[in-house]
Amino acid sequence: MNHLFEFLLRQGDNVLVLGHRTSEWCGVAPALEEDIALANTALDLIGQTQLWLGYAAEVEGAGRSANDLAYQRDVYDFRNLLMLEVPNDDFGRTLMRQFLFDAFQVPWLTALLQSDDQQVADIAAKSLKEALYHLDRSSETVIMLGDGTEHSNARMQAALNYLFPYAGEMFADDATDIAMDDSGVAPLPSAMRAAWTQTVEKVLGEACLTLPDTAFAHSGGRTGFRHTEHLGHMLATMQTLQRSYPGATW
Amino acid sequence: MVVSADFTEAQIWAWLEEVPDPEIPVISVVDLGVIRDVAVDQNGVTVTITPTYSGCPAMAVIALDIKTVLAMHGIKQMTVKTQIAPPWTTDWLSKKGRARLEDYGIAPPQAAGGPVRCPHCKSTQVEKVSQFGSTPCKAQWRCTTCLEPFDYFKCI
Repeated sequence: MNHLFEFLLRQGDNVLVLGHRTSEWCGVAPALEEDIALANTALDLIGQTQLWLGYAAEVEGAGRSANDLAYQRDVYDFRNLLMLEVPNDDFGRTLMRQFLFDAFQVPWLTALLQSDDQQVADIAAKSLKEALYHLDRSSETVIMLGDGTEHSNARMQAALNYLFPYAGEMFADDATDIAMDDSGVAPLPSAMRAAWTQTVEKVLGEACLTLPDTAFAHSGGRTGFRHTEHLGHMLATMQTLQRSYPGATW
Repeated sequence: MVVSADFTEAQIWAWLEEVPDPEIPVISVVDLGVIRDVAVDQNGVTVTITPTYSGCPAMAVIALDIKTVLAMHGIKQMTVKTQIAPPWTTDWLSKKGRARLEDYGIAPPQAAGGPVRCPHCKSTQVEKVSQFGSTPCKAQWRCTTCLEPFDYFKCI
């Protein structure tokens, strides 16, 4: 297995899948400002995807491009976290997911600045600026809604209860992670848990929300072993053009 | 093929000053700080640009506009290269660019994280409406004195 390729797919697929999910709000968000904010967040994530998958394609050396990887792979070739592929549901869940992911991305991308792989470090530096901005906004929104009305608090707590069992997958090290750690490309994801927990406990505390008391963690997304039923439906929409007209360009 | 060197790097920088930002046409791509390097050699002209935001759709237009302006000045062989490191920062906006932004109604970026004053009435009584605006590089703010909404160029 080409561990570097696998690692880069994980980085790229995370931001691709979350970027697509976020873009589903375009035109239907609860307020104009939020619509614009979500579309801009999605745009940042898709931009980061081009960088990660572009490098993945280069490392693979099979003549595929970032676009080929995004539009011409099926469910089991995707390496994103399960948390990022589940449906948006409501605005609360969308922002809670963004927050749980941003709280991971910030320490993760910060650590990748020290990567021995210069291209990984460069992509991380570019992405980190955007991730910091996303974390500012997602934290603020989670606090506003959690510490809002009784109704908004209940919706945010429900979102947290739903998403929390998916969060553990972010920290589950496997052979690829160990290979990346050994070669100095990236630290182990499990090393991010302390920083993530600190951010999450602080923000959720301010948001008057309670962390679910469970250590259970779904897994299978970042290894590609088992995705949820939702990813296939999402890809059917996202990839429809390339599936109907393979190789179409304009 | 050998290109006759009847243009210099300084001249190309001057021509690039004529290329407006497609979203904010009062400033040039040079003012925006996205031009990293201009190189002229026997293979033609190479312009290196740094993207503002990684997904900003204006970057493709900027690359095309640069090629168009160079072609209009008779340059036949040119390459626009993208370089992501070091990442673009609003510190690279020119002084002239910052002043033009304000004249146009967009508050220039501030290290403190928010606009110093309303670009319309210059009041310092301003409040944030949303962290994002009409393009990836801007946020929405409002003046509580003249009540006008305005764009703020995010500081990154």
